[in-house]
Amino acid sequence: MDDPLVLGGETFNSRLILGTGGASSIEAIESALVASGAEMATVALRRISPDARGSVLDVVERHGIKLLPNTAGCFTAHDAVLTARLAREAFDTNWIKLEVIGDDRTLIPDGPELLDAAEQLVDEGFTVLAYTTDDPVLAARLESAGCSAVMPLGSPIGSGMGILNPYNLTLIVEQASVPVILDAGIGTASDAALAMELGCDGVLLASSVTRAKEPAVMADAMRRAVEAGRLARRAGRIPKRLYAEPSTTFDDAPEL
Amino acid sequence: MRVRLNGSDTELDDETTLDSVVRRYGRGDRGIAIALNGEVVARSRWNDVKLSEGDRVEVLGAVAGGEREVDRWTTPSY
Repeated sequence: MDDPLVLGGETFNSRLILGTGGASSIEAIESALVASGAEMATVALRRISPDARGSVLDVVERHGIKLLPNTAGCFTAHDAVLTARLAREAFDTNWIKLEVIGDDRTLIPDGPELLDAAEQLVDEGFTVLAYTTDDPVLAARLESAGCSAVMPLGSPIGSGMGILNPYNLTLIVEQASVPVILDAGIGTASDAALAMELGCDGVLLASSVTRAKEPAVMADAMRRAVEAGRLARRAGRIPKRLYAEPSTTFDDAPEL
Repeated sequence: MRVRLNGSDTELDDETTLDSVVRRYGRGDRGIAIALNGEVVARSRWNDVKLSEGDRVEVLGAVAGGEREVDRWTTPSY
């Protein structure tokens, strides 16, 4: 069934975006990327060193995967905007996963700084995918600012706690007219499926795959979970009921 | 002259260009960006821009990572 994700004017057949952080080796990233079927992967911008191992850039490009630079590690709009400009210079792309963190311990986004950075970057012609809290009001503000996708967290980055507030996520999905990508908190395949069942357009995850005992196997599981969740959403689930609803009626039942 | 290169005080010849700073890392210039004193310097200008005493230079490239990978030693300071 042809059901592509259209984001920032581009079309993706996979609704799974893979973050590359947390892997034990470049080979582990590569096998996970291939198994995930992801067509977009995030990378961070950091100081280079002369003794760096194989480049994640090579791996991503070798498989024809779209590079999505992020602003990981930025705590202010100023640093995030500068990092986005540097990423554009380094990778020749105006796509940016915008992250502006407000708290060192939970890595929860800083709303005002995030919105400020998003406005500046949209003005500068960036395609902004904004990592945000699960606050529907902030998500709406980011969309109004011109973000190409809003990416609410399910729970804190790397926590693996899944989706803590399905209600907020439902509100975000309901109101959004840009793609909603669940970003952060996924622990296992059922979390990814739930995100899609709630109506998200895609899922971005890293740690749950890269830190799994078998990253490539988990990547395969995530690929299937995202597809299954998407199909279930489109199929339209039955409502939850307090009592049983027999699948076969009692009409014409024999009296024994 | 002394500059601050990727967070370390580094002795360089006078009038060293950004181009030659990048060459020190021996991995070409693909996927690299430079911030000089908190401003992006376009690749097309690396050959012309000469460093001065006390400049802060950040030479950056792609690493596998996201927010979990924040590391004091590799996170640039602008």
